[in-house]
Amino acid sequence: MADFDITSDKMDGMGPHGTKVGLLRVLGPAHVWALGVGIVLVGEYMGWNFAVGKGGAYAALIACWFAGILYTCVAMIDSEVTSTVAAAGGQYTQAKHIVGPLMAFNVGLYLTFAYTMLEAANAITAGYLISVVATMTGYDGVLDQRPFIILAILFLAWLNYRGVLATLTFNLVITAIAFAAIIIIFLSTSGVLGNGIVHHAELMAGQAALPYGWIGVLAALHFGLWYYLGIEGTTQAAEEVRSPARALPFGTLAGIMTLLIAATLTWYTCTGVLPWEYLGDGVNGSVAPLFDTARLSGSEALIWLLGIGTLFATLASANGCINDASRAWFAMGRDKYLPGWFGAVHPKYRTPYRSIIFLVPMALIFALGAPLDQVITFSILSGLLEYTFMPLNIIMFRKKWPMGTIKRGYEHPFHPIPAIALLALCSVTFFAVFLGYGTQLVAMIGFYILVSLWFHFWRYRFVNRGAQFTMPWPKPEGY
Amino acid sequence: MQTWNYIEYIAWGLSALLGLYLVVDWLRTDTTYSEDVLTSSREGELEAITEEHKG
Repeated sequence: MADFDITSDKMDGMGPHGTKVGLLRVLGPAHVWALGVGIVLVGEYMGWNFAVGKGGAYAALIACWFAGILYTCVAMIDSEVTSTVAAAGGQYTQAKHIVGPLMAFNVGLYLTFAYTMLEAANAITAGYLISVVATMTGYDGVLDQRPFIILAILFLAWLNYRGVLATLTFNLVITAIAFAAIIIIFLSTSGVLGNGIVHHAELMAGQAALPYGWIGVLAALHFGLWYYLGIEGTTQAAEEVRSPARALPFGTLAGIMTLLIAATLTWYTCTGVLPWEYLGDGVNGSVAPLFDTARLSGSEALIWLLGIGTLFATLASANGCINDASRAWFAMGRDKYLPGWFGAVHPKYRTPYRSIIFLVPMALIFALGAPLDQVITFSILSGLLEYTFMPLNIIMFRKKWPMGTIKRGYEHPFHPIPAIALLALCSVTFFAVFLGYGTQLVAMIGFYILVSLWFHFWRYRFVNRGAQFTMPWPKPEGY
Repeated sequence: MQTWNYIEYIAWGLSALLGLYLVVDWLRTDTTYSEDVLTSSREGELEAITEEHKG
């Protein structure tokens, strides 16, 4: 056993060695929960229902639980590794310590692209939601959504720039309201409180049960990711939580439990009220299924609550994405995987301010210049590549540093079953994505191969090769 | 001119203000502090001023 203990606040192996201005350790488990659930919860409000369009309501439920297993594995694996590799950058830093520089470079890019594109998609959605509010309040013109898209991105970037505690406390409040709205609409429409309006038996009978058979279930699988996509973002808070060994596993695992509940309640509520043909068409039919369910309930209070919940979920997601993308970019800059200029910390607000500012125009370009479905697809594909890395990462982690050689904040059970399950589920999802978005998948992999060549043949000479390995671990087994 | 047109203008104005704030503060910070201080953060290390843990 090494002479440090990640679970201790006295000998956690992370003493000061020259940092004059660093990120602040001010966050608790609730902020970690708010970061993870905040990024994801918008997927309950919109997006998941494309799974219904691909295979019907039962297919969407299978996709929901299938992806739930996948993400439970993700949350457990992440909790173990991140509570031990407690530094900004999340999976990028994990890859750097456990796999190697080329993997780390790629994972850093997956993270930045996945979060920046998701942020852009959220900003587009926020602009759309405000135009819906304008129409509902009697505006008869065509609202220009651009100022609202830009304002959403700049306001959240400003919040992130000014400090992580305020940013994630804001996320905690709006995420909690959005989650409470899901619970309230479930209680109100299912018959638990008052008269129920759900009619699953009628809406899911006969042909509506599985309209496209089992191939429809397969096609629905990758939209199941929507329910949970982004929970792994909790790892980016590793360098800013007061107690990494406690807060990260606690916040992440509480987050995945919250999402499993929210996803199942959302599916139950919406499929019991909206016909599958309408629910499954997320473009011309039900864009925001929970909000549409509230409208069918006839309750003015529910309509307002779910309208606010939808907007809050969208903003919380964009906010968490800015936080995570900037930490990944910052960590890469600090190690010179990117220009070291990005590794700066604001001396007053203690945030990676240059990375936050640099990613603002990126998000604006995606939000104002690219179609929503393409932005979302590239975000999901980057996420999927990242999930494929995770099982390989944990297998190597356990092999290089077996149990007992280093103290871990959390030890996930049944290893290697979660890793193998995650790898198998990723393979199935890749196949499902290939069926629907083969061109984008090939283009994305081609892009990562090109940047890998650039990194290997050019950029790697600038990397801080010795200084980047900071964890006070013993030499890995076999080295 | 309807209320929503005014709200559009307000959104443009607020966006410009926030963007200006970010750029001004960024330039001010970069010119006030040395690059050594700004990029002194090291992975996994706690800030010397706020924490006194021993490795």
